[in-house]
Amino acid sequence: MLEIEIDGKTLQVADGSTIIEAAHQLGTYIPHFCYHKKLSIAANCRMCLVQVEKAPKPMPACATPVTNGMKVFTHSELAVKAQKGVMEFLLINHPLDCPICDQGGECQLQDLAVGYGESASQYQEEKRVVPDKDLGPLVSTDMTRCINCTRCIRFTAEIAGFMELGQSFRGERAEVMPFIGKTVDTELSGNIIDLCPVGALTSKPFRFSARTWELSRRKSVSPHDGLGSNLIVQTKHDRVMRVLPLENEDINECWLTDKERFSYQGLSSAERLTKPMVKQGGEWKEVDWSVALDYASHALRDVAKTHGGAAIGGLLSPHATLEEMYLAQKLLRGLDSENIDFRLRQSDFSADGKRKGTPWLGMKIADIGRLDRVLVVGSFLRKDHPLVAQRLRQSAKRGAQISILHSADDDLLIKLAARAIAAPSQLPAVLAEVVKAVAELKGVAADPALAKVGAGLVDVNAAKKIAASLVSGSDGGKCAGILLGNFAQQHPQAATLSALAQQLAGLLGGSFGFLGEAANSVGGYAAKAIPTAGGLNAAAMLKDPRHAYVVVGAEPELDCADGAQALASLTKAAAVVVLSPFKSQAMLDYAAVLLPVSPFSETSGTFVNTEGRVQSFYAAAKPLGEARPAWKVLRVLGNLLDLNGFAFNSSEEVRAEALDGQPEFVSGLDNGIDGATLNLTASPNGLERVADVPIHFSDPLVRRAPALQQAADSAAPTARMNAATLAKCGLASGDKVKVGAGGTAAVTLPAQFDAGLPDGVVRIAAAHADTVALGAMSSVLSVEKA
Amino acid sequence: MALIDTINPLLTTGWSKGDAGWSLKDYEARGGYVQLKRILASKMTQDDLIAEVKKSVLRGRGGAGFPTGLKWSFMPKAAPEKYVVCNTDEGEPGTFKDRDLMRFDPHSVIEGMIIAAYAVGAKLGYNYIHGEIFDMYQRFEEALDQARAAGYLGNNILGSDFSFDLFAHHGWGAYICGEETGLLESIEGKKGQPRYKPPFPANFGLYGKPTTINNTETFAAIPFILGMGGEAYLNLGKPNNGGTKLFSVSGHVNRPGNYEVPMGTPFAKLLEMAGGMRGGRKLKAVIPGGSSAPVLPADIMMECTMDYDSIAKAGSMLGSGAVIVMDETVCMVKALERLSYFYFEESCGQCTPCREGSGWLYRVVHRIEHGEGRPEDLDLLNRVTDNMMGKTICALADAAAFPVRSFIKHFKSEFEYHIENKKCLVDPEVQRAGSGFFKAGAA
Amino acid sequence: MTNQNDMLSPEAIKKIDREVAKYPADQKQSAVMAALVIAQDEKGWLSKETIAAVAGYLGMAPIAAYEVASFYNMYDLQPVGKYKLTVCTNLPCALSGGVHAADYVKEKLGIDFNETTADGRFTLKEGECMGACGDAPVMLVNNKRMCSFMLPEQIDKLLAECK
Ligand SMILES: Cc1cc2nc3c(=O)[nH]c(=O)nc-3n(C[C@H](O)[C@H](O)[C@H](O)COP(=O)(O)O)c2cc1C
Ligand code: SF4
Ligand code: FES
Repeated sequence: MLEIEIDGKTLQVADGSTIIEAAHQLGTYIPHFCYHKKLSIAANCRMCLVQVEKAPKPMPACATPVTNGMKVFTHSELAVKAQKGVMEFLLINHPLDCPICDQGGECQLQDLAVGYGESASQYQEEKRVVPDKDLGPLVSTDMTRCINCTRCIRFTAEIAGFMELGQSFRGERAEVMPFIGKTVDTELSGNIIDLCPVGALTSKPFRFSARTWELSRRKSVSPHDGLGSNLIVQTKHDRVMRVLPLENEDINECWLTDKERFSYQGLSSAERLTKPMVKQGGEWKEVDWSVALDYASHALRDVAKTHGGAAIGGLLSPHATLEEMYLAQKLLRGLDSENIDFRLRQSDFSADGKRKGTPWLGMKIADIGRLDRVLVVGSFLRKDHPLVAQRLRQSAKRGAQISILHSADDDLLIKLAARAIAAPSQLPAVLAEVVKAVAELKGVAADPALAKVGAGLVDVNAAKKIAASLVSGSDGGKCAGILLGNFAQQHPQAATLSALAQQLAGLLGGSFGFLGEAANSVGGYAAKAIPTAGGLNAAAMLKDPRHAYVVVGAEPELDCADGAQALASLTKAAAVVVLSPFKSQAMLDYAAVLLPVSPFSETSGTFVNTEGRVQSFYAAAKPLGEARPAWKVLRVLGNLLDLNGFAFNSSEEVRAEALDGQPEFVSGLDNGIDGATLNLTASPNGLERVADVPIHFSDPLVRRAPALQQAADSAAPTARMNAATLAKCGLASGDKVKVGAGGTAAVTLPAQFDAGLPDGVVRIAAAHADTVALGAMSSVLSVEKA
Repeated sequence: MALIDTINPLLTTGWSKGDAGWSLKDYEARGGYVQLKRILASKMTQDDLIAEVKKSVLRGRGGAGFPTGLKWSFMPKAAPEKYVVCNTDEGEPGTFKDRDLMRFDPHSVIEGMIIAAYAVGAKLGYNYIHGEIFDMYQRFEEALDQARAAGYLGNNILGSDFSFDLFAHHGWGAYICGEETGLLESIEGKKGQPRYKPPFPANFGLYGKPTTINNTETFAAIPFILGMGGEAYLNLGKPNNGGTKLFSVSGHVNRPGNYEVPMGTPFAKLLEMAGGMRGGRKLKAVIPGGSSAPVLPADIMMECTMDYDSIAKAGSMLGSGAVIVMDETVCMVKALERLSYFYFEESCGQCTPCREGSGWLYRVVHRIEHGEGRPEDLDLLNRVTDNMMGKTICALADAAAFPVRSFIKHFKSEFEYHIENKKCLVDPEVQRAGSGFFKAGAA
Repeated sequence: MTNQNDMLSPEAIKKIDREVAKYPADQKQSAVMAALVIAQDEKGWLSKETIAAVAGYLGMAPIAAYEVASFYNMYDLQPVGKYKLTVCTNLPCALSGGVHAADYVKEKLGIDFNETTADGRFTLKEGECMGACGDAPVMLVNNKRMCSFMLPEQIDKLLAECK
């Protein structure tokens, strides 16, 4: 610890602290632009100059390390003169037109100029003009306003992992720009808007739509991936105008993914369902709520009466709130149906009934950064969990070794220690090899069940390299973590992968867990939205069609493991009751009644994130049209069906019942599986499909966000193969190919070369209208030139 | 040109044969690489070696004059990976000594670097050579090949257990890469934007590893210091200003060129060696240490001796030893305008005061020179320089400010005349004649 | 996309490899300055495709290579004439005729700084200090050839030589 005095106040700071950090600890504000606690120190703006006793010159607080006994003056004559001098320089080439600038009202330069600027500058020479840049559909530029703080550049290089922006030319001609003709395509691009202290980088979708002081703001929680990023939702006249990160060091730090930041545009999609609708004689009619609810309750009651409760299936979106899931399962159980599930993209349910508890991350999110060895299994990590990838990227820079076992070698922009890329059917075998290799390195016996894994099948060396990395961590792997991604959880041998990960963690003395796919991947378990003994899981209730379905918040043809089958079963059903914020053509085809419910922004509710943290939020805006919060709709339905236990006055009451109080973390988190049977055999004939869920297609809301749909990450699906596979099929990149499942050619896509795929696989995105017809996410496909 | 005149030549001993005397065999014939051999054969300790250099009070010849031995002693002993880097990015207007060192005696620099590497425990070194002197870069590469072939570079040099390799890296047109951390960034394949210090290169240098960086002339002096002993070298000059130094004399003298003289030699003597004032005209002003040093009027300059202390006392800096001589045909406003343009053009652009201030200074001086000056401009210029000096990452902002302040300080009336009369005090025809361009053979 | 035309020739690659070999194995980027010079010598100037090709070869972000190409002023980001003449006009040179030499060339070629003669033969640039002030006026031809003491006679000779 070091002792420092700032403006006469003494405090202790950690060794290696800078003056600005010390001042922050004290609550003393030192003006700054280039400094940002998450970025490397540039010390280029010079705004943070302060006086340090015995130093002949003012020192930059952001870059000056504290020494013991140092005396700092942030407001002395010398300091203020230096700060004012810098401010004058910053303003000479900066347009002084705050009233027409989109940053007006939330501009650090504007704020500081009030404190440190002189009213009139003596600069009477010509001002610099800098041409604007096209950074893509999300970030708009006004480069003449740029003060060259280089925060945005450092963000792309350091946080997003690839330098997409640079400062070209030099001196006064220095310009921040992407490479000529390039845009900024990182899935984290929107953060540069927040980082820009002036109005040079602003939100393209938000641009000029409102002034900050016209906006009301509400805290909220991201409805997308399992991280549960904290949000500030800004509204004007009950319309969401902008979403910003709410800083939470334990979760999203100060970042948001572009998906979380810009998906709000989907809230005002033309496809919003704003009136209850019923289908009568094949015709859709807009009706009053009472009519629609009556219709829905009658339909369900009829099916339950005539065919029994088991004839009804409940498909709940994992993005639905805890309260919605809880009431939906209560409703279905009230109708004597045990067919309830929210794990729509899962295909292996063999662990059901054997789980010791709710599968979760296995650690706190913040603890990911403390792992010194990490193995990520089956994950399109950068696109599925951008902020987890970001944490691991920083870990790798600090010396942590990150490895991956997956079926695609996408560039994670993380320095990897080892990687094993194998066809989906081989993932369990490779992971088994890792387990065996770790056991060998540790000198303990491996599970005898693994002995029979065919070594010839898999890349044993890659597995050994992963094992060596894991074991080389501190205490032989005690700080190692095995993270199972979405792909591993959706895998047809998911339970085996999970059991192997458990063995691996056991051997290492480390931890393992699941990267939650959706906002409520843990909350669904807490809400009991899974079948108990005798009930059908999501896959089963679609494979074995039901007479009626209740669909909450999902678009099963896009959100289920086998969209084609989902569509077929729903279409066949006598009654499909849909609670959804959106309507689609598919829904109009299969549903009997459409109940307009609120998206996350228009309801109160709770998401339980992947670390089990309970995060509740209030509505940020009034429901659009006649939409109503789904928990209320389900409550009324429960009442109409004369079910017990639906007397809730608030979503808080629902939550209290579901969680048995108001815990900070849900109870019962446990990744253990009792008596798991390993399924290590798999030898598919033909091309195995590798299906990713593209980042901007993962749920109904983001699919409807127009700016995101124009982003580079929203490109139309292709059939990606490596060179050998392309050659084997007699194809060249760019050829149109017919891709079929089970013999019949189903869709036509362009072939695309992808060097990162293993032999014998074709990668085709799921969750996209173009590929629904292909059916199951994991399947064997035929590919031929169209 | 090869050497014209010298007193007590060390560095320039090999220059007499001009372009015919640079290669390895010539250098060896003059006693080259003997010191390296001696050090390796005697297994001299690093501490003894550094102590010898300290004794010489050799001060860095790149401009800042920092004691070289002391700098070397900052290198952490234990670090496994260390570098030595030579700064031949000579771009300070008026300085052209390192070019001649590269041209006439590159092996003295190579030997100096090998000895430095031995002293600080580096295994790899680079010489960063100004892009504009590409022919010298090529010559240096040739010299490196010769040294490598003779076993002076590479693994187990001359059969010892000391290994060191050295490569040339060229710049491509950026003055700022002369600043040592800008130079390191440039070797790393980036823009030459200086780094904030601390940490200093001795702790965090090339590729983040401990690095010793010295000027070409500094390294070239090392073999001579070891040859004659640190004390004898010191005694060549004056206390605190050891040895001899190369002075690049340019401008209005009859024989511009490099002159090696002992530290403490009177300026008047140096001027005389350079052939005196061109056309016998009157000395008006001298910039004694490269364009970044404050200008001194003739009378002050004529009293100075050429060493760090005397020039500092007179209010300027010895800098890199570039002596820019100006006679009475010079318009001081125009001279300043050109210098201000240089700093405006060469600011790397990262620090706000330098990026914005250097352009501001240039534009105001340009206006004054072009008859659009305002009475308040001189105060403005002083105020702007005030806000630049000492407020940036590197010293370029100070370098931009010093000329402005010193020109205004010593030649204020000329600036005032310009502002008032919207024209030069010195008649344009007189100015035109000063350059000697139009009368062929003036030199 | 880099098209065939802008790919680096095998000779250029060989030269670049020689530069890469100077640096530690994980510091390929150090060779970018030399590689850009090699590419510029081969292509005459640095198009964005050429810069991207160099960046790709050295495994760096294209914008990082562009930063370098735009920072150092002897890289040409626009096509130049067959002979690029750079005249130093900095103060030490100017004292001995640097500006006059530039004026002389301008008049002879009928172009100003940053212009190219209609026949595509000459481009004229204003240079900063080249570290050869003792030889003033100095001039660089195509970045690599330094010409000293460029008084009218010498300039005439040089221009005549540049066919
Ligand atoms: C703007 C600027 C330009 C510089 N240019 C040079 C240069 O061209 N050559 C040089 O040796 N040092 C130059 N320096 C000084 C170097 O930063 C550094 O002090 C020097 O190379 C150290 O070597 P020395 O101790 O042997 O002098 C420059 C410094 C600044 C701030
Ligand atoms: S002072 Fe100027 S040249 Fe030096 S680092 Fe700052 S901006 Fe660059
Ligand atoms: S915040 Fe310290 S220099 Fe910019």
